[in-house]
Amino acid sequence: MSTTTKDKPQAQEPVPRAITSVGDRVFAGLTLGASLLILAALASVFIFLFAKGLPGFNRAAEVYGPRADSFLGYVAPLLGGTVIAAIIALIIAVPLAWGIALVISHYAPKFIAVPVAYLVDLLAAVPSVVFGLWGVIVLAPKMVPAFDFLNSYFAWIPIFDGDVSNSGRTIITAGVVLAIMILPIITAITREVFSRTPRLNQEAALALGATRWEMMRLTVFPYGRSGMVSAAMLGLGRALGETMAVAMVLSLGGWSGNLLGPGNSSIAANIASKYKERSEDLLSVLIASGLVLFLLTFLVNFAARWIVGRAERKMAGA
Amino acid sequence: MSADLTKTPTETPDESSEETATGTSRGAIPITAAQLPRLAPLLVAVVGAAVAAFFWLILDWPPVGSLIVGGIVYLLALPAWSLAVEGRRRATDRMMTGLVWTSAVIAMVPLVSLIYTVISKGAGVVNSEFLTYSLFATQLDQPPGIYHAIMGTLIITLGAAIISIPIGVLAAIYLVEYGKRNRLARMVTFLVDVMTGIPSIVAGLFAFALFTLLFGAGFQGGIGGSVALSLLMIPIVVRATEEMLRLVPDDLREAAYALGTPKWRTITKVVLPTTIGGIITGVTLSIARVIGETAPLLLIAGLAAKTNTNPFDGAMTTLPVQIYSFNSRQETIDLAWGAALVLIVIVLALNLVARLIGKFYAPKTGN
Amino acid sequence: MIRTSLRRAFIPGIAAATIFSMSACGASNEDSGNGDSENTGGSVESAGLSGVLKGAGATSQEKAQEAWTIAIQGANEGLEVQYQPVGSTDGRSAFVSGAAAFAGTDSALNDEEGQLTAATEQCGSEPIQIPAYVSPIAVAFNLPDIDVVQMSADTIAQIFDGKITNWSDVPDEQADGVELPDLDITPVHRSDDSGTTKNFTDYLGKAAPDSWSYEAEDAFPVDGEAADGTSGVIQQVSTIEGAIGYADNSQVEGLGKVSVGVGEEFVAPSPEGAAKVLEVSPPAEGVSDVDMAVSLDRTTTESGAYPVVLLSYLVACQSYDDAATEANVKGYLEYIVSDAGQETAASEAGSAPLGEATAAKAQEIVAKIGA
Repeated sequence: MSTTTKDKPQAQEPVPRAITSVGDRVFAGLTLGASLLILAALASVFIFLFAKGLPGFNRAAEVYGPRADSFLGYVAPLLGGTVIAAIIALIIAVPLAWGIALVISHYAPKFIAVPVAYLVDLLAAVPSVVFGLWGVIVLAPKMVPAFDFLNSYFAWIPIFDGDVSNSGRTIITAGVVLAIMILPIITAITREVFSRTPRLNQEAALALGATRWEMMRLTVFPYGRSGMVSAAMLGLGRALGETMAVAMVLSLGGWSGNLLGPGNSSIAANIASKYKERSEDLLSVLIASGLVLFLLTFLVNFAARWIVGRAERKMAGA
Repeated sequence: MSADLTKTPTETPDESSEETATGTSRGAIPITAAQLPRLAPLLVAVVGAAVAAFFWLILDWPPVGSLIVGGIVYLLALPAWSLAVEGRRRATDRMMTGLVWTSAVIAMVPLVSLIYTVISKGAGVVNSEFLTYSLFATQLDQPPGIYHAIMGTLIITLGAAIISIPIGVLAAIYLVEYGKRNRLARMVTFLVDVMTGIPSIVAGLFAFALFTLLFGAGFQGGIGGSVALSLLMIPIVVRATEEMLRLVPDDLREAAYALGTPKWRTITKVVLPTTIGGIITGVTLSIARVIGETAPLLLIAGLAAKTNTNPFDGAMTTLPVQIYSFNSRQETIDLAWGAALVLIVIVLALNLVARLIGKFYAPKTGN
Repeated sequence: MIRTSLRRAFIPGIAAATIFSMSACGASNEDSGNGDSENTGGSVESAGLSGVLKGAGATSQEKAQEAWTIAIQGANEGLEVQYQPVGSTDGRSAFVSGAAAFAGTDSALNDEEGQLTAATEQCGSEPIQIPAYVSPIAVAFNLPDIDVVQMSADTIAQIFDGKITNWSDVPDEQADGVELPDLDITPVHRSDDSGTTKNFTDYLGKAAPDSWSYEAEDAFPVDGEAADGTSGVIQQVSTIEGAIGYADNSQVEGLGKVSVGVGEEFVAPSPEGAAKVLEVSPPAEGVSDVDMAVSLDRTTTESGAYPVVLLSYLVACQSYDDAATEANVKGYLEYIVSDAGQETAASEAGSAPLGEATAAKAQEIVAKIGA
């Protein structure tokens, strides 16, 4: 989209100078205030989590249930499950989302691109409960043959060894459902970024004889890099924190390390499934595990930022 | 659709390839290079389909497996042919085109399946009583309805939007236009990313703790739900708006400054209108993201069978919570699909309205 | 300039106006008067109750609460009963803090976490506690062409503990003509914490102490296939051939049900069998005279008793500061423990009506509210 807005600013000429500086200050103050408000909100959530969750780090052994006797033993398997499910989701969703985004922004003719974009946006709104229902009823049974296949030919990889779930409700299925859930959000941002690549750059690349893919690599991707990464991060954030769909799809249980069988759990799903009938002691443990999830996203974002920063420095140096 | 692959409006039809088979003869660069026939992708697609059919019908493979094999054949054969005739660069291009389309098609399969499931299971439930009745019943045989949940969803989401959109957009403006890369801006950007990781149930717990602290134990009300949803919504609004604002070329701002426009007028009258389409997409997305949220609302907004339009007092049901409640019992699962269908249609309508507004506000572009 | 701004404010304005004009009107069914209340599920006398009565607690009671709510609302125009199915723990907390006028709870309000003392303080006197909802938990399975399998408590415990893994290994004698197939058993349990799980594991621990070494807890102690909620478990058992699970009897449809060994006979799940267990169970230790908490006798050998039951209580104060609330609670609870109320729950939610003696005592206790 080219952005030639020639006629707009002319209307502003009669505005006197003195007022503008006041207006500027007020506006700048407003934006600063909004930023500070976000900080305050986040800080209060953090403080709340910390204050309520702190006792949960060190409860009596029996509070942690039959599978663990310390907070570390309680949260580590959950953390493992959370990360694995989110990684599976990200591995599946990101390339697909980029594919859809490219199709919508560059490859497809308008009569395909518009409805596809619409459908994808729509899916962002499907409540997680419905994704969960669909995952259990439609997807899980269809995954069983694939699991049998993986188990019979790839059992030498430890994660595919062991019992195969009869219901298909495994962490891989949960990962696939999560992938579908985060697809719309990644696609929407990525495609918006792609379609904002200055047309001049693209045409220049083509004029120099680049093929379409080379044009993408030379203009669209570098231009949209930070947007692509932050879209993936948003998706990851949602995958890590997703509650209901995982709780419904996964056959929750202790850590098994076997991706094809029942068992495994995630922090958010664990909170949801324990929350209803919990004691005060367990509540603090659950909130503490929420805090761990919070710290995890903190670290993930930190890493992503570092990666983007390094890539940018490289670009600047080249 | 394969026929479209070979031509794009922006692509110059006769690209001269600098690469020859040997790469040594510098003197004469040919003006035209060998090209596959225009129908080549279609042809290869037919071959791929034939292979898939062979595996399916003759070798008795499951249809999905056969399709995968056929797809792989297509994805490999076309670039291979292209490599032989057109050279490496065109072959890469063809392969990537194939991959991009394939991934899009693969991604559409579950999405279409989901929509189909919701419509086929939900359509039978939705009728005029379902839409205009609430669950408040005085007779056992009264037909169930979700009017109360529809109202609750609209009111609570509207509340969340009223809180989040100004805060989110203003903060994004600060980050891009005022903060530039100063310390506070970097910190806010980072923390907004962290905020996307707040599990929804934790947002609910927070709102629950906050409101019970302020208004006494057992407070239930739609406003609490709005606050909880805002926590989830703000980071998405900020992130989307920020991304869009960053993409506005500096030339535009400088042109406005050069005309003597003060900064805030430049932002509100030049920068924001230029990106309004993207911002509205972001806002719509964020609404879509929170409108289907269950866990926090169950905690703070509660579940009531009667319609409640006052967000400041009393339990207020939303559609996702109602769906969850329907789903938890065997005999009302069908109603859950119906309510899900209604929710999706509401979002569709919101989407349409948002797009219309976006079109209305967007500046006329040159092309 | 001004005209454009106006024009631009127009569309969002219309959108907002539409939303608010929509919110102005209530649902169609709420406008009409409650003229004919023929279908209110039994004779409920109008007591002229009005206002909003708030309760919260166990999800197990939800369906019964819904039926009771409809009946009492049908009889009392202007009364709205809100039962929030937030779970037993939150229900008790809400009651103790005064946010809910009454609470439903799967485990009796006691002093393990000091809640009974706190509730006594909140109420000003000892809170009343009555059994409101007794329901059999069915052990349901999915085997083609077989509707009834007989199992002792030991067998059930070993299956859910993963010790017996094939249907043909089930040791109990079956009825004539029932041949258990050579098929893997897939035990399915609740993945979320629930009172159903607690009651089921409590039964296994008491009736089969040799085969079940785990504590009675809300969370199921053994790994394996799990599903979210009662409907999730039923869904799961229905999809896997050879699966077995446990769920509220009234929710189980289209699956086979295990007849559980009691004494010398095998008993199929039924409301009557469940009610019988409650009759023979002794009161819990150290309860006040308005507290009907019992410790369920899971090992009863009483003929026809079905010991795998879920028992859910209602907790309320003897007096309330607000006279209207007091009247509402009393009216609602009186209806629940009345014959009509118990019949409504039985037909709508499949629960077991309280036995005569239990019902009489409950009615006596409820009569003390506001007295």
